[in-house]
Amino acid sequence: MATPNTPLWEVFIRSRNGLAHKHVGSLHASDATMALQAARDIYTRRGEGLSIWVVPSTAITASDPAEKGMMFEPAETKIYRHPTFYEVPDEVGHM
Amino acid sequence: MYTQALNTAEADDRHVEDAARAAQFQARIDAEERIEPNDWMPAAYRKTLTRQISQHAHSEIVGMLPEGNWITRAPSLRRKAALLAKVQDECGHGLYLYAAAETLGTSREELVDAMLAGKAKYSSIFNYPTLTWADIGTIGWLVDGAAIMNQIPLCRCSYGPYARAMIRVCKEESFHQRQGYEIMLTLCRGSTEQKAMAQDALNRWWWPVLMMFGPPDATSQHSDTSTKWKIKRFSNDELRQKFVDATVPQAQYLGLAIPDPGMTQDADGHWRYSEIDWAEFKQVLAGNGPCNRDRMAARRKAHEDGAWVREAAAAYAAKRQHRQTAQAAE
Repeated sequence: MATPNTPLWEVFIRSRNGLAHKHVGSLHASDATMALQAARDIYTRRGEGLSIWVVPSTAITASDPAEKGMMFEPAETKIYRHPTFYEVPDEVGHM
Repeated sequence: MYTQALNTAEADDRHVEDAARAAQFQARIDAEERIEPNDWMPAAYRKTLTRQISQHAHSEIVGMLPEGNWITRAPSLRRKAALLAKVQDECGHGLYLYAAAETLGTSREELVDAMLAGKAKYSSIFNYPTLTWADIGTIGWLVDGAAIMNQIPLCRCSYGPYARAMIRVCKEESFHQRQGYEIMLTLCRGSTEQKAMAQDALNRWWWPVLMMFGPPDATSQHSDTSTKWKIKRFSNDELRQKFVDATVPQAQYLGLAIPDPGMTQDADGHWRYSEIDWAEFKQVLAGNGPCNRDRMAARRKAHEDGAWVREAAAAYAAKRQHRQTAQAAE
């Protein structure tokens, strides 16, 4: 008999340096409590983090890589959103 | 991202692969771009990677058996804690790899079932027995050493999830090799009997370790396309030679003899080893190694013995879910 599937969870960890939670991988667990415990064992064996989030993989909606052109093109043409677009004379100093 | 793994495989594979898409895919590979789970990929690329990553995962899991054999008999608490941590790491590596394999569209359960049914392979090396404590030192030093040699180029593999898993694995693997070498060093600095035990372990493991790099380039069936797809960056023989060149001085430092009387150093400094007994390799792969039956029996028993835990956890989760839904309805 085929083994029944256990739900998939995505794991996010906040490292000690105060950065945001970062995706580190995924794991299988039947519920949230077990997912947290498994995430502790699988992804933080060497003090990698101070906080863990587990999220059911099915709860994530992702952008379609085939449409990345359309999705991100608007930002690429707007160079005036960057500080280096603007000219400030050297005499003014660092700004 | 590992998430959308399970929604792409079939739809993609049913399409007739047009040459334009394949050419575009190869151009991305040639430009050193990473391929991600939801990107289009040739069915053969998906199949090759599913096979390779799942076999790699099975190897990590089966690899816990020969070393687990010595946890309760480690010579000191320090050695025991280190060995336990190493075996836990192997389990973790297996799980990272299953997660990476799943992004290609086959569930972990299916991959594990294929291994338990004997349809998927694992590394030939784990079909050899661990007869003495020196075998634990030798495994860390040589088996993990060879694995690192294989895995470092895989950190740059074209498939993103595999490459990312390998980066984590390689970081942790370095501890494994060093703890193994330390065990060997301690034995070699110990009594005559202890040093003889170290030499005996090296004698038994040397050739099987060289076989870990796979068949010689002239006969390897997967190499050409894997190289084109940048799954493989170096050939089996290139990696094997790098390993031998790195290992000979380490053996000399221990005062141990490599069990290859025909070995010579050429003008370029490379250590040239004698002919490998590929008939033995084929026998072990075919299931006739010293421990194949033991390993499979142990994995099947562990899987069956764990069935009630999986069932209980699923039943508990279903009960809680049911209760929450009922409460929400009130």
